[in-house]
Amino acid sequence: MFNYFVQRLATIIPTLFFVSILIFGLQQLLPGDPAIILAGEDQDPNVIAYLRGKLHLDEPLPVRYVYWLGGVLQGDLGESLRIQKPVLELILEKLPVTIQLASMAIVIALAIGIPAGIVSAVKKDTAWDYAANIVALWGLSTPNFWLGIMLILLFSVQLGWLPASGYVSPAEDLGANLAAMIMPAFVLGNAIAAVLMRHTRSAMLQVMNADYVRTARAKGLVERVVILRHGLRNALTPVITLGALEFGTLLSGAVLTEQVFTIPGFGKLIIDAVFNRDYLVVQGVVMFTATTYIALNLVADMAYFLVNPRLRG
Amino acid sequence: MATALADTAGPRDLSPGRRALQRLIRRRGAMVGLAVVAFFVALSLLAPYLAPYDPLATSWTAIRKAPTAAHIFGTDELGRDVLSRVIWGTRASLLAGVVSVSIALSLGVPIGMLAGYSRGWIDGVLMRITDAMLAVPFLILAIALAAFLGPSLTNAMIAIGISATPIFIRLARAQVMAVKVEDYVEAAKALGNPHLRIALRHILPNIVAPLLVQATLAIAAAIIAEASLSFLGLGQQPPAPSWGSMLNTAKNYIDNAPWMALWPGLAIFSVVLAFNLLGDGLRDALDPRHR
Repeated sequence: MFNYFVQRLATIIPTLFFVSILIFGLQQLLPGDPAIILAGEDQDPNVIAYLRGKLHLDEPLPVRYVYWLGGVLQGDLGESLRIQKPVLELILEKLPVTIQLASMAIVIALAIGIPAGIVSAVKKDTAWDYAANIVALWGLSTPNFWLGIMLILLFSVQLGWLPASGYVSPAEDLGANLAAMIMPAFVLGNAIAAVLMRHTRSAMLQVMNADYVRTARAKGLVERVVILRHGLRNALTPVITLGALEFGTLLSGAVLTEQVFTIPGFGKLIIDAVFNRDYLVVQGVVMFTATTYIALNLVADMAYFLVNPRLRG
Repeated sequence: MATALADTAGPRDLSPGRRALQRLIRRRGAMVGLAVVAFFVALSLLAPYLAPYDPLATSWTAIRKAPTAAHIFGTDELGRDVLSRVIWGTRASLLAGVVSVSIALSLGVPIGMLAGYSRGWIDGVLMRITDAMLAVPFLILAIALAAFLGPSLTNAMIAIGISATPIFIRLARAQVMAVKVEDYVEAAKALGNPHLRIALRHILPNIVAPLLVQATLAIAAAIIAEASLSFLGLGQQPPAPSWGSMLNTAKNYIDNAPWMALWPGLAIFSVVLAFNLLGDGLRDALDPRHR
């Protein structure tokens, strides 16, 4: 276990190094003098001079990178020029909203994806299987911002059941919070449900042909017990691990969903930063996302290692 | 009897490519997907002849009109014909799908082949760079690139293409590693062929099938990504028609002009579904493990 952990860490460090180069490199894509562009439309000479000093723009590129990386390693992702706040503080402020949205989306995805995958595998080549596959294809092919707009049309405009946009903190009013979050969470969970359904189906198809399932049937166990206790329990391990890798889909989806439903989360932060030309925030958010993604991958790998005795040797 | 024998012998005489094509044709979903893709390709090519109105022509007397015989998909907030804009919008979406995936293929396949063929430190460095790119979620990387490059359809295509590249690097590398231990590659090496010739003549043709499947599925993802970037204002710029930017405007009028949101969204859904069906069908036809 320890050796495996060390091995994984050894591959993560160079990956993080290249991530930092990639993200630092983004700034080099800006046409012209970064200080003038980062200063925004006002082009205040004081701001330009401040930025030039802060970003060490008079220094050679590798030196600038070292300064920037040194800051990142100490948790300094830069400062928002518009909001005048450290980027990390902004991220941590918005993160709880996105975490709530993502958690609700995952619950919805699990509730749809896993039962659909089981039914599809157990009733292979029947109408149930085809229907589940159609649902999965629907989930994979529907742009979530369009689904969001259509749900607003149905549940907010036509039926008037749910608010079309806005966010209420759960501490303020839990009912209003859930009413505001349920549609965006469904939109976000929809695509992940499709992926989970496909993973569950293929894992279940493999497991249901295994010897121990045949033995369970030969013992005369009820089919429901065979499926749930012998089939699903073994099929779920890879599904959950693969599901953890959907973090990227979740965050990409959150950017669009938060935009459609005007939810002040992590995704909206990056889009607002893009339109305010607050490039340091964009850079900081991307760095934070990549680091979190790598950390979650490591956790997923560790979890897989722990629950799969064959890997432990 | 003779006919029956001829029938059974027939498929064995076919080349692997033809057998795969026959399997693809037998897949109803893939054929529906192909037909829908062909429909949208025709729509984009014939847009000037099929669109009933100029997609940019505004009309102050026809603002947000519900569908009628004159405007069967209705009109938008500037009185432009939604049908004409949906038809012309096909161009931006398909172009983005094909160009982005071409960028990803032309970068990803050579890099992946180099990594898989050479192994050693070159492979190590290239894979760590690929891992770094994969660590940033696809759309977030595309948004960041599009933001720094500046909003335009061309930059969106570059951003999507670069963001999709690591998947092709990984796939090409894995395929090369599987193929390069085959006897025919060993034989080509033993004959003294140069590495470049072995890679291009003996390895590349044998890894095309999975790359083709991935490319088809990647076009679907790229179309959604372009629509997403345009929806966020980072892709096709107004007034040029694009499904994503049409939806961005439509969301502001959802309570009194829902048709503005319905048609561009349905168009994205249909074309993406078609590419997904075609990709799934190609995978089933070309990869024996999925049959």
